Amino acid sequence: MKKTTLFSLKSPYREQLDIIGYHFGYGKKALAIVGALRGNEVQQMYVCSRMVQTLKQLEASGNISEDHEILVVPCANYYSMNIGKRFWAMDNTDINRMFPGYELGETTQRIADGLFKKLQNYEYGIQLASFYQPGSFLPHVRMMDTGFTDTELMKQFGFQFAIVRKPRPYDTTTLNYNWQIWETKAFSVYTNATDTIDEDSAEEAVHAILRFMLSEGMIDLRVRPGYMTELLRESQVKQIHSEYGGVLVSCVKVGEHVEAGTVLGRILHPFDGELLGEIRTQVSGTVYFVYHSPLINEKTVCYKIIK
Amino acid sequence: MIETVASAALAVNENLIIRKRRIRHGDSPMRLSFVTGTHGDELEGQFLAYLLGSFLDAHIEQLDGTVDIYPALNPMGIDSITRGIPMFDLDMNRIFPGTKKGTMMEVVCSSIIDDLLGSDVCIDVHSSNIFLQEIPQIRISVPTAEMLVPYAKMMNVDLIWVHESATVLESTLAHTLNMHGTKTLVVEMGVGMRITKEYCYQLFEGILNLMKQLEMWHGEVSLVREPIVSINRQVGFVNSDAAGIFVPCVPFGSTVKKSDHIGDVLDPLSSKVVETVQAVCDGLLFTLREYPVVYGGSLLARILMPEEESA
Ligand SMILES: [Zn+2]
Repeated sequence: MKKTTLFSLKSPYREQLDIIGYHFGYGKKALAIVGALRGNEVQQMYVCSRMVQTLKQLEASGNISEDHEILVVPCANYYSMNIGKRFWAMDNTDINRMFPGYELGETTQRIADGLFKKLQNYEYGIQLASFYQPGSFLPHVRMMDTGFTDTELMKQFGFQFAIVRKPRPYDTTTLNYNWQIWETKAFSVYTNATDTIDEDSAEEAVHAILRFMLSEGMIDLRVRPGYMTELLRESQVKQIHSEYGGVLVSCVKVGEHVEAGTVLGRILHPFDGELLGEIRTQVSGTVYFVYHSPLINEKTVCYKIIK
Repeated sequence: MIETVASAALAVNENLIIRKRRIRHGDSPMRLSFVTGTHGDELEGQFLAYLLGSFLDAHIEQLDGTVDIYPALNPMGIDSITRGIPMFDLDMNRIFPGTKKGTMMEVVCSSIIDDLLGSDVCIDVHSSNIFLQEIPQIRISVPTAEMLVPYAKMMNVDLIWVHESATVLESTLAHTLNMHGTKTLVVEMGVGMRITKEYCYQLFEGILNLMKQLEMWHGEVSLVREPIVSINRQVGFVNSDAAGIFVPCVPFGSTVKKSDHIGDVLDPLSSKVVETVQAVCDGLLFTLREYPVVYGGSLLARILMPEEESA
């Protein structure tokens, strides 16, 4: 293992920000794994730290394939993490909306640029991603369909589901999108936590990444088998919105199978506890997202069901 | 008449409500919409909304047409000094056009667009952010320049900045409206969290003049200034390389020469000047940093080069 500083930035009032990378193996740039780009992505950083542990062992036992270099970047934004902010604290900009970055630009553009230069030319890129809403996901892998990456590759992670989505205008400044533009085959791995650590789903993510690495010949390791992945388009995921604002009491958990008509949750009046409405699913399928905050506004995505 | 443009239930005993005021007089079908408050930390438009509405109230007989005033597209943001939408960490100006069947803010944005469509001209007033002060200007993307520059010239601004269009800007209010044929002018002026009265009065004169040109206003108007148009000119960006406290030493809005000393980045702990900031080109200092604390990369100034140098 080689630990390097990928990018540094001076602060007027704090210790210098150093983005640290852990390198394993030697030779052609095989895979880069990126964890937290935002200050609340603790789980994403944790999964990377577990990958560092595993890769360290694999390297020691000579199980990283010849001519394969693997880079792990656990956290690019611990400045925000240490002060309980999600985005860059000074101007509230999101590093993951600044790629490919600009060397002479604003601070977060410079961070994105400095980091991206070190993330380029890898054959594969994996970002441990998070969703903007409070909630938990069934761990899965997704990618943006830019036409560059073969979507079938996602099956090698062995998650239950893999999702392909069409890029939207605001996606063009994300790491994942720019990786693909610069010809790195890029994936986003979602676990079911962000600002807390979920040991089980972290474990699942680590195993999935290892399965992918194994099938790409980067490592030699016995990995427990995964699922026969079902490849989905975003349109095959039914989003269910709340019809009321109030207190949400959920009746289902991520990963559960539900039949059409099942009550997924109830919205109660926040003061008098009266039932405002039940949230039912019109489709049968697997619950793959559950909103996780007691308070919910009207028209909020509270469940996602894979039909 | 005050109308509700969009409404959605929040979790606890409250609705998010976007409102507008319609001021109408005469028979003309012309309609001008004034929108502001998309970014909760930008307040210049609040005073301008008041100036416009109260003036029309006092001189209603000279109005011929409809003026709609939308003072707060992001009312929760203004209320909580939050630039984006509180709780969502989203920039509202990246959600347009929204969708009818989407999430709360997508539905709200879609309702706002529906309400604004059909305006003959829409003025979308922004006031930079808390970091930078801007001279009164209208920003126009290259593809819409031909359609919008003639209207922008009526608005009594100092500068019309015609910029390249970026993909991310496709989800702005102005882009959405312009693509649907509602001419929308984006004004940037002043600085976040402040009201610069002189700029508000300047724009107010511009809006009256625009209304005069649209034949919606029969009263007097003042002569408006001829703006500099950035076409065939380049913009020089001055970014900090050091971290510290930026203290400018030239007046905002002045004309500078290349290499002129325009400010310093200071380190309060070591008592040293860590960077001497110089103008990167000749021209008009139309953007200047207001918020002193800077990192490497922080934008300190923008300078509009004169026409001949850019060629
Ligand atoms: Zn704004």
